[in-house]
Formats: sequence, C-alpha cells, structure tokens
Amino acid sequence: MSLENILKDWSKYRRGHEEGGHHDYEHMWGMAIDLDKCTGCNACSVACYAENNLAVVGEEKFSKGQAMHWLRIERYWDEPDLGENRVNEYQIHGASFLPMNCQQCNAATCEPVCPVAATYHTPDGLNAQVYNRCIGSRYCSNNCPYRLRYFNFFSYYEDSWPEPLQMQLNPDISVRDKGVMEKCTFCVQRIRKAKDDAAREQRDVLDGDIKTACQQSCATQAIVFGDLLDEDSVVSKVWKKHEVALGKASQNKANPDKRGYRVLEGLNTDPCIMFLERVREV
Amino acid sequence: MQTKDINENLPWAQINKDVMRSMMNPRMAYWVAIIVCIAMISCAVAAEIYQYNVGMGTANLNWPHMWDLYIATFIFWIGMSHSGTLLSAILHIIHADWRKPIYRFAEAMTTFSLMTAGLFPVIHLGRMWNMYWVLPYYSDRGIWPNFRSPLVWDAFAITTYLTSSALFLFIGMIPDLAVCRDNTTGWRRKLYTILSLGWRGDDRQWRNFRRTYLLMACFLIPLAVSVHSIVSSDFAVSIMPGWHVTTFPPYFVAGALYSGCAAIITLFICLRYFFRLEDYMTIPILVKTAKLTFAIAMVWTYLNLIEFASIWYGHNAVDKELLIAKFTGPYSPYFWLMLFIGSVVPFTLAFEKLRTHLPTMLVVSLVLNLGMWLERWMIVTPTLSLGYHPFAFDVMWPSMVQWAIVFGSFGWFGLLFLIFVKVFPCVSMYEVKEMCYHRKRATLGIGHGEHAGGGAAGAVPASKSDLERS
Repeated sequence: MSLENILKDWSKYRRGHEEGGHHDYEHMWGMAIDLDKCTGCNACSVACYAENNLAVVGEEKFSKGQAMHWLRIERYWDEPDLGENRVNEYQIHGASFLPMNCQQCNAATCEPVCPVAATYHTPDGLNAQVYNRCIGSRYCSNNCPYRLRYFNFFSYYEDSWPEPLQMQLNPDISVRDKGVMEKCTFCVQRIRKAKDDAAREQRDVLDGDIKTACQQSCATQAIVFGDLLDEDSVVSKVWKKHEVALGKASQNKANPDKRGYRVLEGLNTDPCIMFLERVREV
Repeated sequence: MQTKDINENLPWAQINKDVMRSMMNPRMAYWVAIIVCIAMISCAVAAEIYQYNVGMGTANLNWPHMWDLYIATFIFWIGMSHSGTLLSAILHIIHADWRKPIYRFAEAMTTFSLMTAGLFPVIHLGRMWNMYWVLPYYSDRGIWPNFRSPLVWDAFAITTYLTSSALFLFIGMIPDLAVCRDNTTGWRRKLYTILSLGWRGDDRQWRNFRRTYLLMACFLIPLAVSVHSIVSSDFAVSIMPGWHVTTFPPYFVAGALYSGCAAIITLFICLRYFFRLEDYMTIPILVKTAKLTFAIAMVWTYLNLIEFASIWYGHNAVDKELLIAKFTGPYSPYFWLMLFIGSVVPFTLAFEKLRTHLPTMLVVSLVLNLGMWLERWMIVTPTLSLGYHPFAFDVMWPSMVQWAIVFGSFGWFGLLFLIFVKVFPCVSMYEVKEMCYHRKRATLGIGHGEHAGGGAAGAVPASKSDLERS
C-alpha cells in the first residue's frame, strides 16, 4: 500500500458498509446456515477439528473455557418461566441451536485493533489470520462481539495428538503453538486449492468447487457456502431470496417467509454468514 | 499549628545538609525494605518464568477473558505516573511554589511507575519474544505495525512519555547533582561528576537550565494528558459495551491524577517519617496535596455519574445491562467497593482534623489507591465477562500467577524508588532554597511575593531592554 495508491483511490481502502459488498473483490466467500435444518448434531464441529488441526484440549481445559472449537454449536434454552399453560417453548421444541464460526465480517472489528496487522482482509473477502505474525495481544478476541476467536493458551499440540495420531494431521495447514490467536478460516486451504485448480485449467472457480469441512459433513445440508459476488451461486440465491444483503444492517421481519438474518447485525460488522430462522409452529 | 508551607529562615547550608543526610548511610530498615522488594520481585519472576514456559493459560485467562489483571494493573501504573507530571510541570507553569519540596520524588514516581507499567503489556503478550513487532522498525519484508491499532499508539505514547519524564527528572536534578558532587567522595563523586554535566552554577547555565526546564514542562503537560487518553482508547476504540465510552479519555486522566495524588501522599508520609524531612514535607503542603486529591476525586465521581447517567438514559440495551450487572452481578462487591472508596472515602480529605493526621492520611491514601486499582479491574473484566454474545457470558477469577506478577510489580516499583532515594536527592535543594528566598522577601514586603517563586519568572528577570521594548 503506497501513498500513491492511497491518494489515487482512498475509498477503496475504506472497507465495509457498501451495499451489495465490495465490487473490487475477486470473490466474497459467504455462507448461509439454515437453522431449521440444523439438528445440533455437532458433526460440523468435529469435521472442523479434523480438517483444521484443531487441538483437543481435554475436559478440564474445555470447562475452563480454553477450548479451540472454531465452529461451536451454541445451545439456547428458554427461561424456565412456564406461562399459563405450564409449558414453555423449550418443552415443545427443545433447545435452539446456533452453529457459530467466524462470521468473516466485512467491517471486522478484530482487524483494526491488531497491533501487528496479523489479521486483515484478503481480496477474497476473507478475514485472514496470519499465525506467524500474531504476537498474542488478544485484542482481536476482546473486540469480537461474537467471541469467535480462540487463543492457544498452552502448547496444545504437545499432547493433543499422541503417537500415532499425529498422522491424522492435515498437511495443508499448520499446527499452531502457544501464544497465537486462531479462528475459522472458511477452510482457506480448500479455497486455495480450488483457485489453483481453476487457474491451472484456465477457468473461473465454479460454484460448488469449494466445500468447507462443516458443509461437507452436515447431514441435513444446512450449510451452503459459495461466492456472494457470483449471482448464480446457490448461496447468493439464498441470500437474495431472503433479502439479506451485505451492507444492510436490519431485516424486514413482516414477511414470515423471509427468514434470513445475520447475528448482531445492528453493530454494522457486516458478517458474511447469514442464518435462516427456525420455523416454529406455535 | 504550623501555617507556613516552609520555614523561610532555613539556612541554605542546612537544606544541603538535610537532603544529603537523607541520601547517606542507609539504616537497617532500608536494607530490610530492599530485601522485601527483591523477594516480591522474585515471586513475580518465578510466576513469569512459569507462564512463559507453559503458556498464558496458567494465568487462568480463558476464552472470553483474554485480558485481566495484567491490563488492569498496567493502567493502574500508567495512571500513577501522571501526578508527578501534574506536580512538576502543571504546578510549575502555574507558579504554585508549594510543590517545590515534594515534586522531585513525585517525578521519580512518574518515571518508575512508567517503568513498571511498561512491563505489563510485554508480560501479557502470548509471544512476548516478538514484542518488537509493535514498533515500526525497517524491515526488508516491508511489514509495518498496524497504525490503526490503539496498542501501537500505546507503544509510542508510553515510550515517548517514559523518555520525556526521565529526561525531565534528570534535567531538573542537575543543579542538585552538582551540590552532591561537591559534597561527596568516592563512587558517588564520580557518578555525580558525570551526571551533573559540568554544572558550575553561572548565569548562563542557569538561564539555559530554566529555559530547558520550562520547555520540557510545556512539552510534558500535553504529553501526559495524551498518554492516558491513548491508554483509554485501548478501550474506547473497541466496540464492546462498557469499553466504548466517549468520556473515557477524561475519565482515565482524572483517575490517573487521582491515584497519582494518593500515591504522592503515601510517599510523602513515608519519606517525611523515615528521612525526618519534617522541615520540608510540612503539614501545610500535605494539606494542599490533600485538597488537590479531593478536588480530583470529585471530578472522578462526576465523570462516573455522567457515564452512568448517559448509559441509563441512553437506548443501548447491552450497555445498560452491563451497567446493571456491574451493580448487581458477580462483580458487584468489587464495584460497590470501588465506588465507596473512590467517591466516599475522599471526604475524609475534606476535614482539617483528618488531613493533618498523618496515620489517617497514610491509610486513606493507600485505600484510595486500592480503589483506583479496583476501578481499572472493573473496567477491564466485566466487559469481557458480559459482552454482546450471551453464549460467551462467563465469570473468571485470576490465578495465583497473575496475582504474583501484580504483587511483584509493587516490589519492582519499590526497589526502583528505594534505590532512587539513596542515590539521588529526593528533595529539590535548589528549588527549596528559591522558595525560602522568595517567601522571605514576600514576608518582608519586598519582591513579587509568592508568585515570583515559580521558577521561570524568578529566574529570568525581565531585563531593562525587555521592559523598554514593551
């Protein structure tokens, strides 16, 4: 980023809040997660552990909040306030599930606060984390309203994969040591590979070339992943159908068919993951 | 009761003698204090070695609580550093000459608390061996720090402030170091010869000295205010409830001056007692410091009330919930204690009887600093516990590793201060002499009275040509 470039097109460097996303981007990877399809089975989370070399920290550290689950299934129960009929939603519908992985915000709050620019925005619309650059100030995690960044509090790799389990590690992605922040990358190694393959075959990346690990493992196909700038991709169609768009901070709730929303949209973080509300028949 | 700030008839030789005496021949208690400080530092070093080898998890930090006591204590020490500047620079500019006998140790406190504070951001880094990446050094890879990050501003602000306040402390000490040079032998003489930079006390040297000192004072005032504003932007720049507060910069500066003034009172009483400097650190000066502390405490209270009111009457539900949680939730005992100490305890300073009673003042000043430390903790941690995302709500208590390092930091500060008082004059001899001189002239009805004592004006008298020109 030279001064000349900055002066030439200043607005290019002011990311975020543009209606419909950033048109100078090559891609804008996004997701749609249908909570009506989600059964809370945790397969996505397990797949993420396998794909991204996530350390298994053990029960004690997990309960202390030192786990590394990039994709977590959040469970919500209603308050135990049994109304007039002595029942509440929880008893009728069970827990609500919310799979949360890094929302890949376009106006990511974690990015400006990193002192060494270890987290930054790629021209793919990804919120990237450079492990080698990270010095572990942990400000990014503090400034993430979703709390989706995980810190290596210990050298987890030392006992996460005892012999011969180290053979299961994914060679496409590094194993992180203590003192480094990490988070969901939208399986950047798979995106990388698809882009390389496409370049080799001299074509564009096609919709469906890339499947994230969570998407691949979802039994009910609740997760859709793709390029939001490609109007024909499945994910763009889902976004369009539910009238959710980048740069739009609130949804029209009048129409029950439009179930889309993004988590904590009001903060203007402009996430790339859209959720479809669960349908309830009460 | 003593009514004058200082005995005007103190002979200058007596001033030299008294201050030199405080620097010489440490007693047994001094060595005990040194050993206690070193023991405290050892605790911290042991904890830090453990944390360095095993990981930040040993500090009981966890997923929503990425920061905790380290950052809180960092702000505490940065805050404490502000009153030295208040006394030495701001009161210098406004010619409040009662600061003269007590500003030197306050200025030393500034430098040493900055040296303590500077350790914390390093200790808290996950990979502290890479801490220099925060600095904009030239790299062949063309990688620079992220200039948008408040942590980078912090690094600049603190290093600038540390350098400037150390320089200010040193420059202000040069005439005194020359006195020390002339009155000592052995290693001390060698040291002071080097440090006094060939001070002879001639007119030209005094003139240059005054100008430099005034210039440094003018430079340091905006710097001090900006440093804590920048530290507050660590929080204010974020989007988290309880951190994203517009009033944080003035709030932090007020809190900083508050804890700094309280610490000055603590050190004032200790030095007065241990070094028998009753002639210099007099009760009227203590009363003035206490009044200053009281005024700042009220400013702090006011800013607190503003913050509560704006959250309460605002429409930010998350902020409001966090505020309610602070009053009623898991941290409520500490929050109430902080409010009690910060806003109610300073009323003891409003009573003449209490503020002239040294043991009470010692306890009150220590309690006030405890309150200010709690304030910093209550800024950092509740926001992390109860942020935006309900799933991440959690409460965490710091581990022994954190407590040991926080504990040790007091030892480190104490050690630096103890070494300082035995190596350098902790009372500014030349300024006390000036003060006596000007006060005496004022009493006798000659000269400009009190205000002429304020350094610059007194030192560089307007020459005839100046008067003619104007």
